Amino acid sequence: MLNQLTISELVAKLAKREVSSRVATQACLDQIQRVDGRIRAFISYDAANALAQADAADQAIAGGATHAERPLLGVPVAIKDVIAVKGQPLNCASKILGNFVSPYDATVIEKLKAAGAVVFGRLNMDEYAMGSSTENSAFQVTRNPWDTTRVPGGSSGGSAAAVAADECIAALGSDTGGSIRQPAALCGCVGMKPSYGRVSRYGLVAYASSLDQIGCFGKEVGDAATVLEVLSGVDPRDSTSVPQPVPHFAAGLAGNIKGLKLGLPKEYMIGGLEPEVKAAVDKAVKQLEKLGAEILEISLPHTDYAVATYYIIATAEASANLARFDGIRYGARVDGADPMELYGKTRGAGFGAEVKRRIILGTYVLSSGYYDAYYLRAQKVRTLIRNDFLKAFEKVDVIVTPTSPAVAWKLGEMADDPLQMYLMDIFTISCNLAGICGISVPCGFTQKPKLPIGLQLLGKPFGEEMILKVAHAYEQSTGWHREKPPGNG
Amino acid sequence: MAAVEIDVKYVAHLARLSLSAGEEQKLGAQLGNILGYIEKLKEVDVSGVEPTAHAFPLVNVTRLDEVRPSLSHEDAMRNAPAQSNGLFIVPKIVE
Repeated sequence: MLNQLTISELVAKLAKREVSSRVATQACLDQIQRVDGRIRAFISYDAANALAQADAADQAIAGGATHAERPLLGVPVAIKDVIAVKGQPLNCASKILGNFVSPYDATVIEKLKAAGAVVFGRLNMDEYAMGSSTENSAFQVTRNPWDTTRVPGGSSGGSAAAVAADECIAALGSDTGGSIRQPAALCGCVGMKPSYGRVSRYGLVAYASSLDQIGCFGKEVGDAATVLEVLSGVDPRDSTSVPQPVPHFAAGLAGNIKGLKLGLPKEYMIGGLEPEVKAAVDKAVKQLEKLGAEILEISLPHTDYAVATYYIIATAEASANLARFDGIRYGARVDGADPMELYGKTRGAGFGAEVKRRIILGTYVLSSGYYDAYYLRAQKVRTLIRNDFLKAFEKVDVIVTPTSPAVAWKLGEMADDPLQMYLMDIFTISCNLAGICGISVPCGFTQKPKLPIGLQLLGKPFGEEMILKVAHAYEQSTGWHREKPPGNG
Repeated sequence: MAAVEIDVKYVAHLARLSLSAGEEQKLGAQLGNILGYIEKLKEVDVSGVEPTAHAFPLVNVTRLDEVRPSLSHEDAMRNAPAQSNGLFIVPKIVE
């Protein structure tokens, strides 16, 4: 089944003209027809448009275009509903955007198209990327392909579920506090969050601008490397993108990891860590040691303050970023007698509960008299958290942790306790505060029910090559990533 | 961790967010809990620490002052909830 292939497998078949992109794209569309009534990863998709792109790719291949020039030529890649694709709907899984259709392509979409990808679908997410379970979507509840009574994680839950359920070959997501790595862990696929500034955010709807990054999901580490290379690079339209040279990530995967130093933060062995998650991560560390890596204990002393720091900084930035959704220039509008009434009613009717919660919290911590006590203090603690990492990276090449303290939980289980849900982000959040890169790879399963467990590798700023290499070596020596959810076909 | 009192009605006004009485009550209790948890940041000694606004602050990011393609008027108006003669319609602002 072509929809189950990795990028490198599909590209090999396309290049040899064993299969066409049209047939591969149709296989993904068929899989959506077959399983998405159950999984509900896609808010919508435009099949005719996807097939037209596939035909164009097939023509290019017939005309002699190669995957050396266009690495994703003919490869179906699905998109989180927070990234602008020209002519397609953009809702951020919110009601407030109404019937919004993107008038332009995000830079990452331009890059995917230039690389030949078949860009399709709007993947479900927590509204405005705020959440850890994808239950905050105004459209639908996405289910975990391994157990449809459980959450796929979030906020990029649709992206992770679609890749795990073989509804696409790869997908894009965004990660502000773990929104790529955590759902990848909970759904059993690979999720890559690049360093802050590595990938342009032009065309990404902003949640928390000092933390947001676009990244990708794949079925193996090599796929994440291939897509990341396409996405990366400085962009004059995003002044926070960093002018760093882009390595050939896929070529850097080969080779062994002998002598590399891997750090285990002692602060991450917390009480709330589920025993089977801990056991799987311990086993993964032993495996990395067997592959020749040296394991060292390290300390990240301010870990316990990361969640509180994040929920001040992220909500403060969100309260400012989401001010633009006011019913004037685009999206849904609820009329009022004067502009103030219109804004209030539009936003009151258009935003869901979690978005309102974060806007209120963010407005509060920025409000007169509280700024120093909350926002400024959080920015200072952020410096300490960042320094912890920079100091640790003087001793080690890569930091190894669980991605999430828990495997996928039951739908609705934490719906009424936002703080409990926030605390689930404990292992992923510091990476965004520090601006470093991280990847989650499958590292085993719980016994009963069988649910995926993720291993997180954190790297130095712009050290994607190193974490991809370690993740690849681990993955190829274990094969966890080849396990498929029941019902995939 | 002690819950913190928060005047939800006032903050919602600042955020231009109309809330029902039920929402105000529920949000007040939840945000009180969250702020109670956030209080733990007061334990940290931040004296002499510089704030971090961005992980990799770039300064003076400029580009050449060249005209480049941008949205047409028509494209910019396409998603407007109410428009007339190529303009956004809004409620009366000046009496």
